[in-house]
Amino acid sequence: MSLGSWLLWGFLATLAVSILLDGSQALGLTRMNLPYMMGTLFTPDRDRAKVYGFLFHVLNGWVFSLLYVLIFESLERATWWIGAIIGLGHALVLLAVVVSLMPGFHPRMASERHGPSANRMLEPPGFLALNYGWPTPISVIVTHLVFGMILGSFYHVA
Amino acid sequence: MALRLMANTTPAFNSRDRGASNAQSAGSPLRQAAIQDYGIIGDCRSAALISKDGSLDWLCWPRYDSPAIFASLLDTDRGGHWRIGPVQPYSVERKYIKNTNVLQTTFKVSDGSAVLTDLMPVSSEEYKRTAFVPDHHLVRQVECLFGSVEFDIDFCPRARYGLTPLSTRDFGKLGIQIHSGGCVYWLRCNVPLAIEEHRVSGRVTLHAGETLQFSFTYSEESPAILPVLGKSIGESIARSVEWWQQWADRTEYRGPYRDAVVRSALALKLLAYAPSGAIVAASTTSLPERPGGDLNWDYRYCWLRDASLTIRALLGLGYREEAADFMDWMLMATRRTRPELRIMYDVYGGSAPAERTLDYLRGYADSRPVRVGNAARNQLQLDVYGEVLDAAAQYCFHGGSFDRETQKALVGFGNYVVKHWDCPDEGIWEPRGERQNHTHSRLLCWTALDRLISLAERDFVKNVPVDEFRRHREAIREQLCKRAWNPRLKSYVSTLDGDGLDACLLSLSWYGFEKADSSRMKSTYRLLRRELGAGNELIYRYRTDPPEGAFAICSFWEAEYLALGGGSIDESHRLFRDLLGYQNDIGLYGEEIDPATGDALGNFPQAFTHVGLVSAALSLREREEGAEQLAHRSKDAAQSDQTEVAV
Repeated sequence: MSLGSWLLWGFLATLAVSILLDGSQALGLTRMNLPYMMGTLFTPDRDRAKVYGFLFHVLNGWVFSLLYVLIFESLERATWWIGAIIGLGHALVLLAVVVSLMPGFHPRMASERHGPSANRMLEPPGFLALNYGWPTPISVIVTHLVFGMILGSFYHVA
Repeated sequence: MALRLMANTTPAFNSRDRGASNAQSAGSPLRQAAIQDYGIIGDCRSAALISKDGSLDWLCWPRYDSPAIFASLLDTDRGGHWRIGPVQPYSVERKYIKNTNVLQTTFKVSDGSAVLTDLMPVSSEEYKRTAFVPDHHLVRQVECLFGSVEFDIDFCPRARYGLTPLSTRDFGKLGIQIHSGGCVYWLRCNVPLAIEEHRVSGRVTLHAGETLQFSFTYSEESPAILPVLGKSIGESIARSVEWWQQWADRTEYRGPYRDAVVRSALALKLLAYAPSGAIVAASTTSLPERPGGDLNWDYRYCWLRDASLTIRALLGLGYREEAADFMDWMLMATRRTRPELRIMYDVYGGSAPAERTLDYLRGYADSRPVRVGNAARNQLQLDVYGEVLDAAAQYCFHGGSFDRETQKALVGFGNYVVKHWDCPDEGIWEPRGERQNHTHSRLLCWTALDRLISLAERDFVKNVPVDEFRRHREAIREQLCKRAWNPRLKSYVSTLDGDGLDACLLSLSWYGFEKADSSRMKSTYRLLRRELGAGNELIYRYRTDPPEGAFAICSFWEAEYLALGGGSIDESHRLFRDLLGYQNDIGLYGEEIDPATGDALGNFPQAFTHVGLVSAALSLREREEGAEQLAHRSKDAAQSDQTEVAV
């Protein structure tokens, strides 16, 4: 495994995802704000949550990119389309599994079943994160395709 | 709490009829509330107007100039509204909780009474760091005080000023979600409501001690915060009351008419956009200056014209932080166009949007067209240079200072005035006709140079070409004395060599051009009172045919002119007290007043009127205490203009 290549391209691919998600929000396509959602795991302070969440998001991106890298290494090649396939799978798992589990592990997220409470007031994402706007799944899939394509294109298999 | 859902009912239960003795009934036909029957709530980012019958008829989120989601104010049929009101005939009383912008409307029916509390919650920055707080939140709570009261609830949001209905979706315990573009609204209530495609409604009977609560939030950039109902809402109300009261208590004003002055300060704070420090002229658009007419403008922007009076009001009341924020906003906003100034900006200092009409809206009381944006943004109004520089001078003379770049910019404004003061312009009232040589604009050009000279003399601004500015200041003075004075009328007139009258001529004393007790000013005042008086204590800004309402701030200018020495202190007090009779039941003023009925006209509430009230009260207090008046000129400059010109 090429450590330097993983660190560099894992970081840049994560930044690309952040920019695309921010762009989607700015265009009004989605309210899915991953850094904010992650940051509110640690603090209710909106401004701090965005900072903590961004840092957590970068770390998270690196960790997930390691999974991509391991797949590339096991296949002994890395191409944009392999990266895109892994990205698609990543997005589908995120949308179908992680997002629906979020109210269960996020300490500040309300559940659809019980409604908000004094400590849990964050709007839950709902099925496929559709609560955050109908284009949200498309936005998530596109950003993860880009994430995988960047890694697949630029990661050098050892 | 008995609940009856109202799915598939017609909106006929919506009562707007104002019967005799304020009694109203549910079966009355849909009718527009009078402008003064509205109260305002806000959170220093946006504002909502709520009528005496509990109908929220105006709300723009996320900021004052955003498209409205409730715009019934401008079209009762299709604007969108959110009414919470009794089913039975009722009488109503309103008030703000003391020294707050938390509105309480008490409905009394034959066998009960209930109070509706409306607010946009506010809290300290410290609290926001420790708790989840929605970006944009509106709370409505009804509490039955005694007996029982049956309430109708009719929630009918519409996007883009009523253009399209919004779809509602029931999310059970989370609440009701309303998507609009990429943004989301959530409505939560502690009783189940009937949800139709585009409306939410219900009928609830409250008994003594029972409470009905609504939470309405808006989010556009991240997942929404869904506030908890019950005790939390009560705490949110208490926190907001405390926040407003602490802010009101900060005022150092201890003079006459304190309640009215504090209410004006609260209205001003409500129209101040906290993230930037800008203050919008009003939170509404197109409330007519002439009912049924076309004098309907969008006032949800920030006018430099209001600058010096606003700074005077804020500093005079002791709100130095707000004054500093406003100065910062003004200097930031003007940065893009220096040394030229636009006459209005949006809350972030951008250009106000181009004007367009919303022809699908009927307009308030059929006053068409409804306009959003403002075409006056491209006008030339030379008075704004004087307003900005007078505000800067007041700011410095009250302990402020400017960095080198700002000093340079202020001198740049002076240089612009030197080059352009002799040009015709549109003038303070923004008529959409040809440019003229307005006396008021010349006065403010004189003011601009005068204040820069004062700032240079006191070393607040460096590198001022004082001699050149003095030369031009004297040239303007000479021109005004010769050509703005009409010897036949024995009065200053609105345009050079003209014979028109304008109440803004009273400000010749306010800006220090001529003493209020000079023979010329007294003679001018007598003529203005005779020719522009509206048949009572009110005064028109100028004569029009057909007449518009009396311009409210002009009456406060008159009271201030008397307080500055144009009349006796008793005369000033008498007029001020009379003017207080034209505020609505909760202390708010619109732009104009109908002299025949006392009704408010124009956009509501109007910051300009409220700063006029504060400034007049400050001058009255200064006169009573024998204090220095209008300390926005250096003494040297004031003394150099003592020579009185004969009538």
